[in-house]
Amino acid sequence: MDVVNQLQRQFIDYSASLHREGFLDDQFTQLQKLQDDNSPDFVVEVASLFFEDCEKLINNMARALEQQQGVDFKQVDASVHQLKGSSSSIGAMRVKDVCIAFRSFCEAQNREGCLRCLQQVTHEYSLLKNKLQTLFRLQQQILAAGGSIPVVE
Amino acid sequence: MESCNCIEPQWPPDDLLMKYQYISDFFIALAYFSIPLELIYFVKKSAVFPYRWVLVQFGAFIVLCGATHLINLWTFTVHSRTVASVMTTAKVLTAAVSCITALMLVHIIPDLLSVKTRELFLKNKAAELDREMGLIRTQEETGRHVRMLTHEIRSTLDRHTILKTTLVELGRTLALEECALWMPTRTGLELQLSYTLRQQNPVGYTVPIHHPVINQVFSSNRAVKISPNCPVARLRPAGKYMPGEVVAVRVPLLHLSNFRINDWPELSTKRYALMVLMLPSDSARQWHVHELELVEVVADQVAVALSHAAILEESMRARDLLMEQNVALDLARREAETAIRARNDFLAVMNHEMRTPMHAIIALSSLLQETELTPEQRLMVETVLKSSNLLATLINDVLDLSRLEDGSLQLDLGTFNLYAVFREVLNLIKPIASVKKLHVSLNLAPDLPEYAVGDEKRLMQTILNIVGNAVKFSKEGSISITAFVAKLDTLRDSKAPDFLPVLSDNHFYLRVQVKDSGSGINPLDIPKLFTKFAQNQSTGTRNSGGSGLGLAICKRFVNLMEGHIWIESEGLGKGCTAILIVKLGMPERVKESKLPYMPKMPTNHEQTAFPGLKVLSRFMPSLQALYAYLHNVVLAIGKVSRMVTKGLLLHLGCDVTMVGSSDECLRLVSHEHKVVFMDICVPGIDSYGITTRIHEKFTKRHERPLLVALTGNTDKVTKENCMRAGMDGLILKPVSLDKMRSVLTDLLEHRVFFEAI
Repeated sequence: MDVVNQLQRQFIDYSASLHREGFLDDQFTQLQKLQDDNSPDFVVEVASLFFEDCEKLINNMARALEQQQGVDFKQVDASVHQLKGSSSSIGAMRVKDVCIAFRSFCEAQNREGCLRCLQQVTHEYSLLKNKLQTLFRLQQQILAAGGSIPVVE
Repeated sequence: MESCNCIEPQWPPDDLLMKYQYISDFFIALAYFSIPLELIYFVKKSAVFPYRWVLVQFGAFIVLCGATHLINLWTFTVHSRTVASVMTTAKVLTAAVSCITALMLVHIIPDLLSVKTRELFLKNKAAELDREMGLIRTQEETGRHVRMLTHEIRSTLDRHTILKTTLVELGRTLALEECALWMPTRTGLELQLSYTLRQQNPVGYTVPIHHPVINQVFSSNRAVKISPNCPVARLRPAGKYMPGEVVAVRVPLLHLSNFRINDWPELSTKRYALMVLMLPSDSARQWHVHELELVEVVADQVAVALSHAAILEESMRARDLLMEQNVALDLARREAETAIRARNDFLAVMNHEMRTPMHAIIALSSLLQETELTPEQRLMVETVLKSSNLLATLINDVLDLSRLEDGSLQLDLGTFNLYAVFREVLNLIKPIASVKKLHVSLNLAPDLPEYAVGDEKRLMQTILNIVGNAVKFSKEGSISITAFVAKLDTLRDSKAPDFLPVLSDNHFYLRVQVKDSGSGINPLDIPKLFTKFAQNQSTGTRNSGGSGLGLAICKRFVNLMEGHIWIESEGLGKGCTAILIVKLGMPERVKESKLPYMPKMPTNHEQTAFPGLKVLSRFMPSLQALYAYLHNVVLAIGKVSRMVTKGLLLHLGCDVTMVGSSDECLRLVSHEHKVVFMDICVPGIDSYGITTRIHEKFTKRHERPLLVALTGNTDKVTKENCMRAGMDGLILKPVSLDKMRSVLTDLLEHRVFFEAI
């Protein structure tokens, strides 16, 4: 029981820190609410989908921006738009914020700016991925120890 | 020269006489020589002496006289001719000078005398000035005393200190024997001895105020000398000495009410106190004018100081009272707030907790109704349904009433079909009326607009309530419902004195009259009808079992709609007429196709998906049980958002079909689906195109699923585009669970949901 309590407390602290540092926002909490007995792995599934999506979009953007002869900003913009949509659906606040900046650079057709944003997005995405994976690992540990995932308000 | 025989040589027998003469002459000469020296000495010493010339003359005269006498010494013996001639010369000169001097003195002595008189005059003047100086100094000192006294008096706002200080200082300044203050009593008929200088605690003698002496003092603002035998002046025990002079002065007691702006205080309504001052008894002192003036000035100052003190006391008391009241009010407010909070919490809980089971009961009962039942079972189910409907109505009424009284209820304005409302009321009431064999007639005026802007649900509720009452309390006969547009003269009914209608172009006043031939109402009871919970106990027929809230709620709804409702009855057994006037808006566009709203009470039974809707939607705005019947389609490309939206809807209990492209969407969508959620900011989905095609596919409005757009764009252009394309709703991403829940609720109720941007 002690172990479970400890793990649960760790989970809560970690969750709170993620929120505090701006990695996740309210939307993520909403997703966690949707997790119930009918869909026990809802959040993990959504997160994996998000990671897949992110990687694909980032690759698209990188390829588009690498074009030496005329960057197709419209395409980049479309990808950023999608990324922004996905990140706001999952509650990835920092990724979403970078996307917003990214879009303005796209509109201005500023290649340098776009490249910088792309770098930032990649960085934020990998950070978030790590954090979420840690979070999910904690969750699994709690479940394995026989406890239940505490609800973080 | 013959020697004369008559001259005896040397010292004859009277040489003693000669000796004395000799000595006298010598001393005379000495004196005569020393006097001028003295004169010269002293004159030289004094700075001013105008008559030097006279002095010189006088000196010469004296010197010569002295010389003469000196030379005389030699003439006692035989003397030569030289001596004689010198003697003669001296005498001649002396004679001359003395004559001149004598003549001079005639002029000079009057001058000298006048100097003397002037000196005397100046001395007198100096003495007089000294006296006046003394007087001025006394006055100045008195003035200083007054200033100090005033300062003392004005430096405190305590009434007792003021008066005590006054008496003490006056006593000191004027060296009084006794000083006393008589204050008028509360009744104003007597003067009471309040303060004295020498006695510590005056015993409280009183003197009637209408005494000639006192009146004399009160009528003038000067200090008046009064007789020591006057009752107010009998302050000392009668001694053997003559009492000193007594002076009395009035001290006005000013009140705030005495002062009017730009006006001097009315003297006639003032009260006065009396200050009595007594000089020491066995002195010959008399009251001087300046002392009287001082007394008057002090009296005035005291009056002002006292009034200030009184005003201050008053304002301090008022302030304390206010503070107390504030504290009490604060407490009351906090208590009231706590009570309101408690009530709101309770209501909130009741709202949710009580409605949920009610929903379940009603939903399941209505479903049960649709199944195969034996007649007894059907009867039982119907009873269950009826009772639970009543209960649900009651709950809603109570909740509504609280919200109405809070002021938190707001009308749901919208355009609706007015005729449909009346038809629906008729439909609902017909079954009950026919059971009671009552004839119901509806008469709608031809100028009544078909569509109006207002709160359809509540208007229906109100009309239904009134008509229901009419049916309830009529055992036989007929009910007639008339509705028309109220003109100005009919609006200004004497029965509605508070009702001040304002006519304008965009609004009209709907007047509904429901006349029944029932048991009527005692005119005395009419005012009570609209107060909540006031059951009419007098007649046994009013055993309605109603909560007593219905009319009260109706009245409040009508008030919200800026209208008026009242009941007329001629008495028991004569039936009664309920009249209702409400303000409704004129709809801007009356075309059917543009109306985003449908009548809330569908008069057709084509909503096969959920037969209980008619019953349910009348009573319950939040339909959680209904989500189970919702079949939704979600069209989105972003996998993540698709999954999230799907998760949301699944969690709420809806059935979800996911599609990934417009073609797929068009292919799959059918009349079974209730809502189609489209993510419109995804490129590759022509959401507007889909909308148009869905509109074409489902021509009958009730078959078409509702089309809702999901977007992250927060600009009005998107919203307008959606509305123009024919979408039924717009939601902003991200969508939370609560938002999705309320969206679905609103969609079901209004068939439209445009989120405010």
